[in-house]
Amino acid sequence: MTALLPRRGLAQILALIVILAVDRIVSPQFFDLRLQDGRLFGSLIDVLNRGTPVALLSLGMVLVIATRGIDLSVGAVMAISGAIAASLADSHGLPIVLAAALGAGLICGLWNGFLVAVLGMQPIVATLILMVAGRGIAQLITEGRIVTFSSPDLVWLGNGAVLGLPMPIAIALGMLILTGAVVRGSALGLLIEATGGNARASELAGVGTRAMILAVYVWCGICAALAGVIAAADIMGADANNAGLWLELDAILAVVIGGTSLFGGRFSLVLAVLGALIIQTMNTGILLSGYPPEFNLLVKAVVVMTVLLLQSPKFSGIAGIAARLRRSKA
Amino acid sequence: MKGLPPVLITAIVLVAGFALCAMQFPNIASTRVVGNLLTDNAFLGIVATGMTFVIISGGIDLSVGSVIGFTTVFVALAIERWGVPPLVAFVAILALSAAFGGAMGAVIHVFDLPPFIVTLAGMFLARGASFLLSTESVPITAPVYSTVSDFALRMPGGGRLTAIAIIMLVIVIGGALLLHLTRFGANVYALGGSRATASLMGVAVGKMTVKIYMLSSLLAGIAGIVFSFYTSAGYSLSAVGVELDTIAAVVIGGTLLTGGQGSVIGTFLGVLIQGLIQTYINFDGTLSSWWTKIATGVLLFAFIALQQGLVALARRPAAKRAGAAT
Repeated sequence: MTALLPRRGLAQILALIVILAVDRIVSPQFFDLRLQDGRLFGSLIDVLNRGTPVALLSLGMVLVIATRGIDLSVGAVMAISGAIAASLADSHGLPIVLAAALGAGLICGLWNGFLVAVLGMQPIVATLILMVAGRGIAQLITEGRIVTFSSPDLVWLGNGAVLGLPMPIAIALGMLILTGAVVRGSALGLLIEATGGNARASELAGVGTRAMILAVYVWCGICAALAGVIAAADIMGADANNAGLWLELDAILAVVIGGTSLFGGRFSLVLAVLGALIIQTMNTGILLSGYPPEFNLLVKAVVVMTVLLLQSPKFSGIAGIAARLRRSKA
Repeated sequence: MKGLPPVLITAIVLVAGFALCAMQFPNIASTRVVGNLLTDNAFLGIVATGMTFVIISGGIDLSVGSVIGFTTVFVALAIERWGVPPLVAFVAILALSAAFGGAMGAVIHVFDLPPFIVTLAGMFLARGASFLLSTESVPITAPVYSTVSDFALRMPGGGRLTAIAIIMLVIVIGGALLLHLTRFGANVYALGGSRATASLMGVAVGKMTVKIYMLSSLLAGIAGIVFSFYTSAGYSLSAVGVELDTIAAVVIGGTLLTGGQGSVIGTFLGVLIQGLIQTYINFDGTLSSWWTKIATGVLLFAFIALQQGLVALARRPAAKRAGAAT
């Protein structure tokens, strides 16, 4: 637990290596990188770049899930923040655009956190409300149109580069380091895990569980808003109907693949992001292999079930019994 | 102690909403509009009946929308391309969806996994499978389809009670009887109340879990067939996001998402409320369709907050009594 990558991350790293190897087989140029106009290009960079929104979502989602919650509204929050950013981009400076979009994410997070922490609603239901209504709100902001913009500042956020890395990757990396520093650099991470492990016991032990829960939903909202801004900047427009559609499911999947239990407790930020990368590597691999993208969902379903079964205590119980039987025979 | 049961509140909201709409647009209060309301929401009413069982038992089924999509594509291809008689195709798809649901229930029980994630995988699987079958919309021209589409009972006032609306009403009534009058229904409530207690009382928890998810997927399959009657086509992208509308209808109908409480009739009323909002927006003409989502969200919030309040009220006297006893 002391290292950044705990031992339980081995399975995920192996999975990523296997998928990368398969990608290398279907597309021999997979690992080629080249530097052009001060920006790296190549399939690997592409995987990272496309994986950014889900990686950002999973950063917030993993904290929420660690408290035994779930946030279904992140896709809708992406749509809202993207709509706000796109409508303000051509008339205001980048700081105001960012502040407004992230502020919207913060308010959405506060709303979710208030319902869960203060009103005591079940997280699935509480966030379902914003999931349903949020896309309507986003459409209200864009007035049902696809809003486009040409502000170079915001476009740079989606397509620019810093130190050769595309901007989205740099932002996601920054957020990972920031979240990691705040959560693991202090006792905050431990308190979040305690809240998820047993909220009542933690409360009695003096943990401010309500504040913890409120904080993780707010953080999740901000991460989702940032993902929404990047997604809007990437396509230079905001589509309230399709921005972030079903990404909440990918984010939850990334967290689950990253080994964080849906029943709360121990979590790992790095592994959640790794989970997002595994999903994206798979998607890119299927695209490169020339199979129709329809296979994507099937492969995803198989991967989810495999990961779930491997994590299930019952399954490892059966495996353990089998191992013991073999040992007793020998 | 309990005050108004949630179903009554849903009924009051529906009647009040209907009265308000009728005041603004007198034409809404006609059998024609009501008949269309039932026809347009027939598939939703059928899936929502199945979802009610799942949610009362303390689970959730995210795969229903995908099962509907898969069913429409399968039925369309079977009838149009593979030359299977429609009835055989219906039986085959219903068996297939029941097996699919049973498998999900078995995985949930045997490996002790959260229903949310297992049915999420089921959602990907069914949607992916329907993409594999066909990504294009396949029109269905079989004579059965035009016969069923044309069939309707005349209601006074010129309204038409279509075949698919009748199927939905039969399933809702059947579902209500199954839930409230049979041992199976009682076991569903017991599971939602507490899995451990139910098991100690002698409920075969594993078998029940399999049966409940089987029922939900089976009804999703029927809803898919009804949906194909409604659109006369099979399309792999049909009914995307229907699982959300379904869950919303169940919650608005007064079923507790934590399980143990709820009713099929409430769900039916919840479906009607959603349909009413849609009808109102159609009548108004100036409101955009996204207001449906916002209104549904607001209703969801109101009902969940109300339930939260009712549960808190129900708990307080119990806590007091427990305090007095010690």
